[in-house]
Amino acid sequence: MATTATVHAHAAPQGFIRKYIFSLDHKVIGIQYFFLALTAVFVGMFLSLLMRIHLIWPQAVLPLVGEIKPETYLSLLTMHGTIMVFFVLTTAPQGGFGNYILPIQLGAADMAFPVLNMLSFWTTFVGFVVIIAAFFVTGGAPLHGWTGYPPLSAVQAAGPGEGLGADLWITSIAIFCLASLMGALNFITTTLDLRAKGMTLMRMPLTVWSWFITAILGLLAFGVLLSAGILLLLDRNMGTSFYLPQIVVNGVVMQHKGGSVLLWQHLFWFFGHPEVYIAILPGMGVASQILSTFSRKPIFGYKAMVYAMLAIGFFGFMVWGHHMFMSGMSPYSAFIFSVLTMCIGVPSAIKTFNWLGTMWKGHIRFQTPMLYAIGFVSLFVSGGLSGPFLAQPVLDIQLHDTYFVVGHFHLIMGVAAIFGIFAATYYWVPKMFGRMMNETWGRVHFFITLAGTYAIFMPMHYLGMAGQTRRYSQFTEVAYQAKLIPLQTFMTYAAIITIAAQFIFLFNLFYSIFKGPKASDNPWESTTLEWVTATPPPHDNFGGVTPVVHNGPYEYGVPGASKDFVMQTDPPVAGAGH
Amino acid sequence: MATYTPTNPIDHIGGIKPPAPPAGGGDDGRGASGPDYGARLRRARLGLICAIATVCMVFIALTSAYIVRRGMPTYDDATQAYWYDWNNVSLPWELLAINTVVLLVSSVTMELARRQATRQAALAPVSSIPGVSLGKERSFPWLGITVLLGFGFLAGQWLAWGELHNRGFYVNTNPSSSFTFLLTVTHAVHLAGGLIALLWATTAFLRHKTAEARRIVVDISAWYWHFMLVLWIYIFALLGLAR
Repeated sequence: MATTATVHAHAAPQGFIRKYIFSLDHKVIGIQYFFLALTAVFVGMFLSLLMRIHLIWPQAVLPLVGEIKPETYLSLLTMHGTIMVFFVLTTAPQGGFGNYILPIQLGAADMAFPVLNMLSFWTTFVGFVVIIAAFFVTGGAPLHGWTGYPPLSAVQAAGPGEGLGADLWITSIAIFCLASLMGALNFITTTLDLRAKGMTLMRMPLTVWSWFITAILGLLAFGVLLSAGILLLLDRNMGTSFYLPQIVVNGVVMQHKGGSVLLWQHLFWFFGHPEVYIAILPGMGVASQILSTFSRKPIFGYKAMVYAMLAIGFFGFMVWGHHMFMSGMSPYSAFIFSVLTMCIGVPSAIKTFNWLGTMWKGHIRFQTPMLYAIGFVSLFVSGGLSGPFLAQPVLDIQLHDTYFVVGHFHLIMGVAAIFGIFAATYYWVPKMFGRMMNETWGRVHFFITLAGTYAIFMPMHYLGMAGQTRRYSQFTEVAYQAKLIPLQTFMTYAAIITIAAQFIFLFNLFYSIFKGPKASDNPWESTTLEWVTATPPPHDNFGGVTPVVHNGPYEYGVPGASKDFVMQTDPPVAGAGH
Repeated sequence: MATYTPTNPIDHIGGIKPPAPPAGGGDDGRGASGPDYGARLRRARLGLICAIATVCMVFIALTSAYIVRRGMPTYDDATQAYWYDWNNVSLPWELLAINTVVLLVSSVTMELARRQATRQAALAPVSSIPGVSLGKERSFPWLGITVLLGFGFLAGQWLAWGELHNRGFYVNTNPSSSFTFLLTVTHAVHLAGGLIALLWATTAFLRHKTAEARRIVVDISAWYWHFMLVLWIYIFALLGLAR
């Protein structure tokens, strides 16, 4: 037998609450994370829509929020950024798909610590509730941006949202940190300890590698953010002076003295830059998996892809200072941070060329997951190329705090990561829910979203080069920016169309989950372990047995094989790469 | 040229018998027989290493903030000059030294409890035979003593914070006092987490846990407890030496 009997960590639950609410099953928890992120992304998107409308029609009275004042605009951008970064870009790829797919791709029955996994999700959920509560308290949501720079974030009297709203914001982030740490611990232990027989490290799918490296980044980064948040809470509520120098707010001299606002920036960005890779690395893994599968070719340079991800993760911890070139840092420090930042271009380029090499002369199947994976590569390149610009202090002085930066990080960290999530959704929904998504509507959704996101974010680079600063709620009455109004108007219309297109996705998703054509066990003719088991997988993933792995994860077009793919559990095939 | 017989994907699970996987593959076959006792212990220890890594990052962040804040001058408008606002806290040395000794002793008793639990787990199959007694020395309550010492340490820290208040040092008095409270309270919170784990382990027999399951909880708690001692000595040294 190619398998061995195994004992599942926990029995299949019977009651509704233990089965669907407080479930220990990684698959249910993954789906819970996915729907939490789906809720969060629509909240975040709605906030961005309000901002885009306000920029063009500043006097407009909008539903739910009324007239948008400058401070309301700041609240909107703060909550948009925070919800998107934490509860979408960190939650969906890692918590959602990582939770669902990682144990199956490893050949495990569940995560290493199922109870901790459940706690991790529900802690994240509480964090989301707390941050949403910030909208409804006196003063409303905070104004200080997702980066939470003091002194604005550290003084309760600094603005209408800086009272209870800001406390809830920090508390939510702290809760999220705890949840992420629990999740990271589980991912690392599962990857190292629960691999099936024959699943060597270098036979793991690149998705698993990406989740594993992301978990390591999370384990090392979120603790630092947690510490920084505790100091911020103490400054706000206990009268300490970690971040606050002597400061006058609204004519009142505050009691704080001697603190450094830059201390927060160092701690925050020591977390913040790895966070960029926490958001994008799972997308890289998914893109690799899908590009190989739908090109019907082995991934080009498997080991190089693994080492490139490790290098990106390593360098990610070395470059936080490039967010602080304008803080008056020593030019020598800036030089080091600049060089290290540009070093990240090397592993990034390795990955990009390997993706292109994978597609080169492949028998490409242009199905929706593949379209989104190609879109990911496109956005990764477009957004990534502006990185080396911003990495140079002399250029950053000009471009800092302009729309150029907004365009850069939205393309690479926002939309590229979202395309990774979309690719994963179209690719794995058949496995997760047992039904295929509609291909036609998937393509329509893809082309509108691809064109729409470029239409929104590419012009931002020109706005930035023209000197238009970010975070300002009104610019239409500023004379020197009048010529930029048509471009901003174009972007707003593009945003409205792109956001409207997301309802196509939403409809396609829910319709397909319930009414879509039934999916076979391996609809994409893929090779990794999740396609070996039933669709959807049983409670213990492999029906009471554990698969034994004999092949690498991307054995497509192997000479001698009668089909163009060899699954990981197939008998070993000579000529296979791994 | 190898041959390949296409089969239905699901058939691969129970299908034809392939050759054995290469040595060193996956988990080297260690987990193949299911989540047995040894595998669960190894897994729990791996999880603990991750947890310790993240607690280390929390304290590395606080330490870097400590060092930066201590060495940073502040500008005074009145004198138009830079000055250092870091005034050393007058630490209750004797009390903290006693607390350190208490924690040190608790670490020793914890280690004895860990070894006791290991022995009990190893001898569990023997002790389950009717009429076989392992002697009374096996059941000395090392774990209970550790819990008491742990509470003693927390009570001592509580007294130390009170003493700091008596000496006029509050959390917002001075950056030095802010960090003293921050580091000691953060350590105490982590130690309290360890105490909860110890209480859980102490009551394991009430919940009819096997000796093996109990050993895993005790083992993990013990290593965490030792880490708490090392962390405390580090914090004590930081507060005492890097002033």
